Amino acid sequence: MEDLSKQTDIPEAAPDLTAAAPEATVAELPPEVVAQSLSEYLRAYAARIRAGESGVLPIVFAMVLIVVVFEAISPNQVYLSPGNLVNLFQQSAVIMVLAMAESFALILGEIDLSVGFVGACGAAITVQLVQPITTNWAWPLAIVAGLLFCLAFGGIQGVLITRLRLPSFIVTLAGYLVANGLFLKILLFGPFSGYPNLVGQSDNLHVLYNLMWGTIDPITSWVVAGLVVAGLGALMWFADSRRRTSGLVAPPASLTLIKIGAIAIVAVVVVSICNVNRANLGTLEGVPWMIPIVLAVLGVWTVLLQRTKYGRYVYAIGGNPEAARRAGINLALVRTVGFMLCSFTAGIGMLLYASYLNGMSNNVQGGQYVLYAVAAAVIGGTSLMGGRGKPLHGVLGGLVIGAIYNGMYLLGLQFEWQYIVTGLVLLAAIIIDAVSRRGSASGSVTRI
Amino acid sequence: MAAQVATDEPLLKIRELDKHFGPVQALYHVDLDIPPGQVTALCGDNGAGKTVLTKCIAGIYQVDHGQISWEGHPVHIHNARDAARLGIETVYQDLALADNLDIVQNMFLGRERLRNGLLDEDSMERAAKETLSNLRVTTVKSIRQPVASLSGGQRQSVAVAKAVMWNSKLVIMDEPTAALGVVQTRMVLDLIRRLRDKGLAVMVISHNLNDVFEVADNIAVLYLGRMAVQDRVSNFDRQSVVEYMTTGGSGRASGRPFKAN
Repeated sequence: MEDLSKQTDIPEAAPDLTAAAPEATVAELPPEVVAQSLSEYLRAYAARIRAGESGVLPIVFAMVLIVVVFEAISPNQVYLSPGNLVNLFQQSAVIMVLAMAESFALILGEIDLSVGFVGACGAAITVQLVQPITTNWAWPLAIVAGLLFCLAFGGIQGVLITRLRLPSFIVTLAGYLVANGLFLKILLFGPFSGYPNLVGQSDNLHVLYNLMWGTIDPITSWVVAGLVVAGLGALMWFADSRRRTSGLVAPPASLTLIKIGAIAIVAVVVVSICNVNRANLGTLEGVPWMIPIVLAVLGVWTVLLQRTKYGRYVYAIGGNPEAARRAGINLALVRTVGFMLCSFTAGIGMLLYASYLNGMSNNVQGGQYVLYAVAAAVIGGTSLMGGRGKPLHGVLGGLVIGAIYNGMYLLGLQFEWQYIVTGLVLLAAIIIDAVSRRGSASGSVTRI
Repeated sequence: MAAQVATDEPLLKIRELDKHFGPVQALYHVDLDIPPGQVTALCGDNGAGKTVLTKCIAGIYQVDHGQISWEGHPVHIHNARDAARLGIETVYQDLALADNLDIVQNMFLGRERLRNGLLDEDSMERAAKETLSNLRVTTVKSIRQPVASLSGGQRQSVAVAKAVMWNSKLVIMDEPTAALGVVQTRMVLDLIRRLRDKGLAVMVISHNLNDVFEVADNIAVLYLGRMAVQDRVSNFDRQSVVEYMTTGGSGRASGRPFKAN
């Protein structure tokens, strides 16, 4: 590069090539890379929506619709009560984390059908290991053991997929069945008749139970939320303003402020809801531990995917594997690690589920949770065709799925109806993915 | 013309290069000189061995026999990394760009800059911007737009910019204008001229004689795996190039058969 810049410049006038830039492409650009001011941004955004690239808009509409409908038909309008909303967050948390797990496979252009039961195996191992009357491991060790199992399982699947060039769909379908069997086997260890639980006096049991049910007291909740929003806001503001002053592509200042404001509003709303006393008797208030856990997973995976070489390679492989190969990227390694991280994250998600259920049992619907996870990721905006998606999509989609699940639960719908609705939601998600792809030129290489 | 004087020592000198695939002799005693700071067009009918020769230079194929000299020194190019280390970059016909990544991300793919273990987006964006403006690629709306939203000529420009960013001395372009319209072709040919004016050697594989005569300083014609002729463009006309491409020789006196010195 330096060499080129030192070369003498060419004196003759460059031909006017700007004529070659078609105006139609404006609609295909992310508004934040072209807009210089907020009004320009809004115009570019409107053009994009007209062109079929609607971003997070459908998910916001879907969320509003779901909330309005369920609030209207739920018994005694409990849907929007603080107690139920916290419950909704807790149910969504599992789906959110599983959807973030699935993101790794989906962005790579693969799929992992085994996340539900592989994660359940890991969680069952953890729950078994902390039982005081059998192994009585310390909780951190038990969690590490469970997550290591997930890593190993994902690694084996990844090696089979990459080294033997088998389709991930089939390998992980086999993995799903194997993990389902292993899960039932693990449950049968010890004198628990297949129902190891987290009830008891041991500290290790309490910690696992508190992952989902433990709360941070209201004052601390406010302080921590304030610090997180302030820190995140400062990071965003300084990064954007540094880019603006050095002439790099950056969103207008007002847009950065709006984003920071939106994060602050979400934080205030969530903490306010959680800080209402939601117990019928006594006191139950504060932000549940599971919210910072989900946010930590979101933060770490977002940094990994957006800010590291590894993440860049994941997107490159999902977008054009041949380009990635020619760039010298080790495709097999990146893919295998992707499947390992997928299973690992699934382990975290199902550990939260074990905490939610206060134990593990053969009632865990690992297969249904895979579909929830895929549906959540796709509803959030992650593409099934690879190369497009973010961990944040999993969280947003997980909230939508959780909101539907919770609503059906409140209505006392039978299981058969829950299955039908889940299937329809998954179908709707895939239709949205396909339609939004057809309407736009951006997306993965395969445009059939 | 920037390249008036042919320098004595070619940047890349190939002598008696042989390459076969099983019983098929794809290249037979091929000689080729690529001078620095000039555009060399490699012509030939389908199956003449253009792509095989390119891939031998780029390190994709291993040569059977023959000698390759780079800046006067004999070299062995075993893989694409060796070629890149010497300063040889190839822009293939399919361009190998990831549609879902933006221009900067594509240009640095596989060679990302890091700061504190994280991607240094600011520094990469600055370098990419500088390279593009050096090449006068001015039509892109934003350097942060995904490659999916670019036109064919713009994609070609990004692929070329990606190739020249690494202090390369020879850029090989495989059919750069094959899929492009008139305006886009114009844009790419201008780009090739600018590379030459910056002192880079460019080897262009092309079927399109209009393009060849517009940008090339030298023409080399392969015919059934043999180098039929290589000479200054001024010693050819369209008719003679076509004759070399189709018969391996020319009835007219223009263009002398290539002789190794």
